[in-house]
Amino acid sequence: MAEITLNDRTEEQRRFNTRVFVIGGIILLLFGVLIARLVHLQLLEYQKFQTRSEQNRIQVQPVAPRRGLIYDRGGVLVADNRPIHNLAVVKELTGDVDAMLGRLNTLIHLDEADVAELHKRVKRRRRPFEAVVLRSHLTEAERAALAVHRHELPGVEILSDSVRHYPFGELLAHTLGSVRRINEADMQRLDPVMYAGTEFMGKLGVEKFYERSLHGRVGYQQVEVDVHGRIRKELDVDHPVAGVDLTLHLDLDLQVAADAALGPRRGSIVALDARTGGILAMVSKPSYDPNTFITGISQTDYNALLMARNRPMFNRAINGRYAPGSTFKMAVGLAALTTGVTTWEESIYDRGFFRLPGQRRIFRDWSWQRGNSGGQGAVDLNRAIYRSSNVYFYTMASRMKIDPFAGFVAQLGFGQPVGVDVADESTGLLPDSAWKRKVRNEIWYPGDSINLGIGQGNLLVTPLQLASYVNVIANRGRVVRPRMLKDSSSELDEDFAIPKAGTVAGLSADDWEKMVDAMENVVHRGNLGWRQAGTAWPYIGQDIAYRMAGKSGTAQVVEIKQGTTYNEKELDEYNRKHAWFVAFAPADDPLISVAVLVENGGGGSGVAAPVAREVIDAWVLPRLLTTQQSVAANTSAGTGAGQ
Amino acid sequence: MNIDFVRTLRTGGTVPEQARQRIELLPEPVLMPLLLTLMCCGLGVLYSALHGQTEGLSSQGIKFGVGFMIMFVVAHVHPREFLRFGPLLYLGGIFLLVLVLLIGDVAKGGQRWLEIGPIPRFQPSELLKLAVPLTVAWYLHDRPQPVRFRDICVALLIMVVPAGLVIVQPDLGTGLLILAAGGSVLFLAGLPWIYPLAAVGSFAAAAPVLWNFLHEYQQRRILTLFDPESDPLGAGWNIIQSTTAIGSGGLTGKGVLQGTQSGLDFLPEAQTDFILAVIGEEFGFVGAIGFLVLYLLIIARSMYIAMVARRNFDRLVAGSIGVTFFVYVFVNVGMVCGLLPVVGVPLPLVSYGGTSALTLLFTFGVLISIYKHRNN
Repeated sequence: MAEITLNDRTEEQRRFNTRVFVIGGIILLLFGVLIARLVHLQLLEYQKFQTRSEQNRIQVQPVAPRRGLIYDRGGVLVADNRPIHNLAVVKELTGDVDAMLGRLNTLIHLDEADVAELHKRVKRRRRPFEAVVLRSHLTEAERAALAVHRHELPGVEILSDSVRHYPFGELLAHTLGSVRRINEADMQRLDPVMYAGTEFMGKLGVEKFYERSLHGRVGYQQVEVDVHGRIRKELDVDHPVAGVDLTLHLDLDLQVAADAALGPRRGSIVALDARTGGILAMVSKPSYDPNTFITGISQTDYNALLMARNRPMFNRAINGRYAPGSTFKMAVGLAALTTGVTTWEESIYDRGFFRLPGQRRIFRDWSWQRGNSGGQGAVDLNRAIYRSSNVYFYTMASRMKIDPFAGFVAQLGFGQPVGVDVADESTGLLPDSAWKRKVRNEIWYPGDSINLGIGQGNLLVTPLQLASYVNVIANRGRVVRPRMLKDSSSELDEDFAIPKAGTVAGLSADDWEKMVDAMENVVHRGNLGWRQAGTAWPYIGQDIAYRMAGKSGTAQVVEIKQGTTYNEKELDEYNRKHAWFVAFAPADDPLISVAVLVENGGGGSGVAAPVAREVIDAWVLPRLLTTQQSVAANTSAGTGAGQ
Repeated sequence: MNIDFVRTLRTGGTVPEQARQRIELLPEPVLMPLLLTLMCCGLGVLYSALHGQTEGLSSQGIKFGVGFMIMFVVAHVHPREFLRFGPLLYLGGIFLLVLVLLIGDVAKGGQRWLEIGPIPRFQPSELLKLAVPLTVAWYLHDRPQPVRFRDICVALLIMVVPAGLVIVQPDLGTGLLILAAGGSVLFLAGLPWIYPLAAVGSFAAAAPVLWNFLHEYQQRRILTLFDPESDPLGAGWNIIQSTTAIGSGGLTGKGVLQGTQSGLDFLPEAQTDFILAVIGEEFGFVGAIGFLVLYLLIIARSMYIAMVARRNFDRLVAGSIGVTFFVYVFVNVGMVCGLLPVVGVPLPLVSYGGTSALTLLFTFGVLISIYKHRNN
């Protein structure tokens, strides 16, 4: 037994050792191969690699693509690229960085912040002989001073680059959005290859939405550099592909007119091409100059912009959320028609206030100033619109269940993203029973609907949403998505499928026409005594050359308690009512739809309507003249339509 | 003879011999000094590859310290425990690998990392580098000789499952190491000669088919091996730069921190997979050969331990550890010299990185334990 075990063991050991020796042989052989390779590389080919390493360094440098240009519909360049000159330092060539900075400082002014940033960036991982930017945007004089002393400043280079420039500055800051410097957080998300050599990226608005297309594709050049880091030879170039050029629906002249119409007031204007939904003008004031973010803005200036009470950096057109006030009444009226709680013929009696059965709370008409004015008398839907009767719409809202009501109104774009090609639009808020349960953990009370009937309560909209809504009425129920982009120089990267142009369900063509008629009355019905005139007629309805359909709105900012009165003078400026006006024209064949908001401006008809009129005049009158002229030329000669 | 016989009875018997266990400061007189030398030289090179930054260096030093302590502790565990726990480790490893595929972190294009609760991020594939040879050896150590066809199939299955899971992560380098570890056990256990020869033959025949199973980036790496200049911006870049770095080092090198290729960041991954290029550039042919000799001595000592071990399981595991270590070195050096395609295999105990160093030192702990317990 013992013998067998021992024999087996030695046999096993012997067999194993043979295997180990075989493996050992293979290992030695393969090590021989490695050593032979090292001999080849380091001893035989040493000269070749030595030369390659010491004298010629092959570098791969990214070549940033040219950012796509942006034009307005008339071909005016509204975002271009401008050459700049940067002062850069190649650390490997400067020797003592501090001594060099001292010499530089005698020639041009250097900020402490610039110097600190340089020290930080020199320490960071980077490619060898990569120039680190010390100061951007050198002036002509600075460049001259540096050029004269160039031989004293080894490793200091002036690099030319190209950066975004917005020729119209403040005017289009919110309309276009802008590029900003790429920061560490952005680097985490971006493709480092695609953005090698790029310093700025679109971070707001159109610039952000179309970033991929506008950016283009990075190129590379493979170059030989000598020991001084200077390029000796270009070996291979993979050219960058410039970004796509965009043409917007934006009309610069109309934008200027809209901006002027709003004047120094805070607010927003959105004007849409009624047929295409193209955004003709988008104003948000106050504004700021986006160019300062590219040339460099000091921390103090930046904080001032950020903290200013009038919020110049805030894009009111797409991110401002306001109660729509009475501009919402068309939506309520249309909802009442679809849900069958009223007809165009039904008339109710407006005594100046509304009260839910069995409740004491009073909902007032807008005409209630120091006491009840007596209301609007008998009102049908048409009159309720042009007189803006609160009581009529309180009544309608009280008759409808909230969810079908909200469901219909959502079709007009309330509480929904507009789907515009501008980054980060807000969706506003359309309250319904599900929302109230989620947010307040309460059921929907009938009283909640009443304020909703006049566009108050928790309802919030952006000016863009409101423009989109009035444009649905202008198109008699056809939903046209607002859109910035009109055309592009080549295929776009963005998956921007134009959402299907749907139709609002549940209404006849006749309903839409009657609603448009009622809105025309708001503007044109006049000379019939105070209680018969449209609310906007005294302000904009006289001497008007075309038919405009409109609706004013005045949105409360702070709640006016039961039993007290609204006294504008006593309120802080920022607590006063917002003035709205929505309109489209010509009423029969609309060319333009507009939403105007004047923040804390006061009454919609008195304050916002004239602004809307100015904007629409600027767009419609020239077009009206051309059609009239052509008609005149066709029928009889020399009547001088322009007079 | 008689004494041997008595020993056989004892080890096969049920009486544990814990009483004999003593903590020794140097449980193994050759391997441990060699490893220490390698690790110190490795830290020196790393210092240069990190451009003289001490931050990464101290963290690597700490990992080495921890690893060395683990090795020391493992060296005092009796090999029969490895026999007992190897399969468990294996099953746990497989479980974690599946988990990685399901919920793993994606880093550098591969899905390899796992983060569970308080345990720091680690790569479960590292676990299998040791678990697979242990398990194959566990399966084969008491099977009849020569190895039967059925046993070969089971052994192959044991290695192919985890290797496959690792390769689909995708981490070709580690997958190949796992296969090498398991395969070497099979070969040492007495695989009939016909099989390895047939395997080489069929691999050559199947190569065109296998080619299609490789990821595009893997195919590109193999192609650029033959013509690095064809893709100088992508995969060829590493090979051009690393061969230039090594070649320009010449006989004695450019000196510490004097390497222009690595020092100026021409060389990607200089502190991890491509650290040999730093050695070649800064310490020249002499330095590179010095490292190769160190590796060769460690491998030789491992094989020696395998030959003096008495139990079949111990022999198989020790031999496999030596072979795997060799494959590590060969694949890395071959890749950096432009002989083999670029696969992610670090230079053992020199490249920057914690998990690989810890596993390796654990593995050497097993080896030392086998040596220490060779007579009981």
